[in-house]
Amino acid sequence: MSVDGSAYLSISNLSKSFGDFTALSDISLEVVEGEFLCFLGPSGCGKTTLLRAIAGLDLQSTGCVAQAGRDISALPPSERDFGIVFQSYALFPNLTVEQNVAYGLQSLRQPKAAVAARVCEMLELVSLTDQGDKFPAQLSGGQQQRVALARAMATSPGLLLLDEPLSALDAQVRVHLRSEIKAIQRKLGVTTIMVTHDQEEALTMADRIVVMNQGTIEQIGTPSEIYQRPASVFVANFIGTMNFMPGEVIEKDRVRLGDVVLTCRTNGHAAGRPVMVAIRPEDLNAQDIAGETENLIELTIRDMEFLGSFYRARLSGSDIAVDAVEADFSMNLVRRKNLTIGDRLPVFLPPDHILIYDEA
Amino acid sequence: MTSLSTDSARSHRVKPKVAREDWVMRGCLALLAVFLLVAILLPLYTMMSKSFEDSDGTFVGLANYALYFKTPALSYSIVNSVQVAVIATGIVLLAGFLYAYALTRTCMPFKKIFRVIAFVPLLTPSLLGGISLVYWFGKQGVARDLLMGESIYGPIGIVLGSCYWVFPHAVIILIAALSITDARLYEAAESLKAGLLRTFLTVTLPGAKYGVISAGFVIFTLVFTDFGVPKVIGGNYDVLATDIYKQVVGQQNFEMGAVVSVVLLIPAALAFSVDRLVQRKQVALLSARAVPLVPKPNPTVDLAMLAVCTAIAACIVAMLGMAFYASLVKFWPYDLSLSFKHYQFDRVDGGGWQAYFNSIRMALYTGVAGTAIIFFGAYLVEKGRGLRIGRSVFQLLAMIPLAVPGMVLGLAYIFFFNNPINPFNFLYGTMAILVLSCIAHFYTVGHLTASTALKQLDPEFEAVSQSLKAPFYRTFARVTVPVCMPALLDISIYLFLNAMTTVSAVVFLYSADTSLASVAVLNMDDAGDVAPAAAMAMMIAYTCFAVRLLHAGISGWLTRSTQAWRKR
Repeated sequence: MSVDGSAYLSISNLSKSFGDFTALSDISLEVVEGEFLCFLGPSGCGKTTLLRAIAGLDLQSTGCVAQAGRDISALPPSERDFGIVFQSYALFPNLTVEQNVAYGLQSLRQPKAAVAARVCEMLELVSLTDQGDKFPAQLSGGQQQRVALARAMATSPGLLLLDEPLSALDAQVRVHLRSEIKAIQRKLGVTTIMVTHDQEEALTMADRIVVMNQGTIEQIGTPSEIYQRPASVFVANFIGTMNFMPGEVIEKDRVRLGDVVLTCRTNGHAAGRPVMVAIRPEDLNAQDIAGETENLIELTIRDMEFLGSFYRARLSGSDIAVDAVEADFSMNLVRRKNLTIGDRLPVFLPPDHILIYDEA
Repeated sequence: MTSLSTDSARSHRVKPKVAREDWVMRGCLALLAVFLLVAILLPLYTMMSKSFEDSDGTFVGLANYALYFKTPALSYSIVNSVQVAVIATGIVLLAGFLYAYALTRTCMPFKKIFRVIAFVPLLTPSLLGGISLVYWFGKQGVARDLLMGESIYGPIGIVLGSCYWVFPHAVIILIAALSITDARLYEAAESLKAGLLRTFLTVTLPGAKYGVISAGFVIFTLVFTDFGVPKVIGGNYDVLATDIYKQVVGQQNFEMGAVVSVVLLIPAALAFSVDRLVQRKQVALLSARAVPLVPKPNPTVDLAMLAVCTAIAACIVAMLGMAFYASLVKFWPYDLSLSFKHYQFDRVDGGGWQAYFNSIRMALYTGVAGTAIIFFGAYLVEKGRGLRIGRSVFQLLAMIPLAVPGMVLGLAYIFFFNNPINPFNFLYGTMAILVLSCIAHFYTVGHLTASTALKQLDPEFEAVSQSLKAPFYRTFARVTVPVCMPALLDISIYLFLNAMTTVSAVVFLYSADTSLASVAVLNMDDAGDVAPAAAMAMMIAYTCFAVRLLHAGISGWLTRSTQAWRKR
């Protein structure tokens, strides 16, 4: 994590406990102005607790939150500068779309004409210009969430907080709204923090992802860093699919799994130490590997699962220290080589894609 | 960031800064807590301490209690009270269960009419049943031979009269209990070849178990603590509630009145606590995915149920009908021609038409002020921020009134407000104290209704409005109140009807200027003017019917005019 003076929001040593239960443990984090940050983790990992602490809705037990150079650690929500969107939308049911969007503007006691103009502008932004007179119950879920976004952004807050904003929506609407929210965020350039348990959402929308587990931060990084270089076994397991094989570092950049010796980056793991060797199913390569000489293993297809655009195969061989590894084979490959269960084939494990972890 | 500031951040607990509107909120909560304290807790405390004092105010320990239990004329009332309460509970529970079962689980015809008839007693003072019984079974009653020589003035009359007015309370609870069930349980029983009886015993009864228990406790408490019916038709059969009245109004023996009050309060509070525990379990039975049960026609059962319900409904109609008839008959039983002369209340003692209009004023004030106070209090408890302990204490205070019988509350008010050193002493003998006692007496049900409605609102409304810098009172007025309007109407009609028909608390608190219709019924009956008493009871009933219709009209209009946003 880069700690420089340009952080818009900085969280330092934040902890929260309920009785004996520690919900957040010594969290430190900096958010850069204008970035889209995701808190990602399984339920109960503390991501929503952290968001509510930033909003001031449920204060942390100890620790500081500073926004735009101002210490806001102990301030009530009404004295902070943020807009928030909830999973439940929390639209006021008895107010029209326009009245909902205008709600925060009226708190600022702006002249009527200015409020109306801003409401119009916001509805245009979320493409709901002709729905202003409707009540929330007359809109679809996706439309309601767009109204909630317009309401949150109407007063131009410096920080936008999104608490699982897409979780209540149908799969198709979710995918559509994902790109729409991202586009609006980019257009407005507002610093945004979104809480989600959906890794796909985090990977597609975030500039940086904060992976959380049991009240601590496991890793902070860009989506591709998080996916390609997971910092821990937890992250590797939580995001995407990962094969784990027990092994041992025999020397720098060489590990042994069962009978097989693989070349990979050992990154300072000492020789002689038992480690977990990890590789993603899509990185097991059975195509165009004619030129490769090392990291080749002969494996047998035990099972093949059809997943639409590809097959996930379970491969085994006596010499890799686990029962089976999973590999994704494209339709193209399966068709061309006419692969079926029982076939034996050479598989290449690219050294760049092999990850080494301390044995947990 | 230097290491020094890091360490201090770790060790210091964050002290939340309290926003100005939070202070407003806390101030409101404190104000309402003081209200409940003055309206409920302090009077009760004063009353209890009086039971340990002699007439000069000296502490005498349990001497009053010892005297009470040594005087058979007094302590025997406990047995009497329990006896009539147990019998009435048994009858009403059986009748109420059959009635509620017929309404919810069969395809009996005329369900709507039966439902309306079941709720009629809620619109009449409990005294009305007693007066009707006099005309049916009294010394000149039309059906006195049915009693085979027994007198209606005594336990028989109390039980019958009590059954009449507590019946709707039982039916409401039992309908609720029988409505929440899962149709799939019945489909499973049917597919496992269980017969009707076995299904009833293994599915229906266990499912409604908590409702039956709860209804039992509620009926018992209502009958056990009731004053109106035993006063009108109890004769020489003393029960606890009438004892309090006799001790205080008859003999001016306030200390003994306090002792009887405590004796009455303990079982009532106990029954109330058990009921609360049981109701909590009832909620857990209902799973979110339950499939509602749609009853299937079964000619035998439907017809049998129609017969049962017709019999029960006939009893209710007979009670109301006789009071109506008696109020119009010129001179029972000698001149049965009809006239309105008994409605000329100013010709008899009891307060006259003034009492009737006082009652309407009191019920209106109670409905309006009570709804505002109760709803705002429930809002602060449910949606307030911080001050968790304060809100829990308030919630507890709000639950107390349901456990306090009206007679006890009324007497407690005398002790508390009639004390010249009490700064609230100026309220004594005014309309305000009557309204206050009614709000306090019926506080809990309103509070629970409001809480339920508020719990259904999205909990994030308050978070959103904070983020939008809207103070809580703006969102309360612009969102919370409009969305909860149906509940507000329900609370106000509940308060109005109860204030209109109650006698128990106010019988101690009215003054010459603030006589009430329900008290007038009591006093006219006491003075032997039974026909005018019936007429006044019918005036209360007409008013309640009219207001109930008005309420239905307003509710219907509200539903129609807001359906654009209420549908989900």
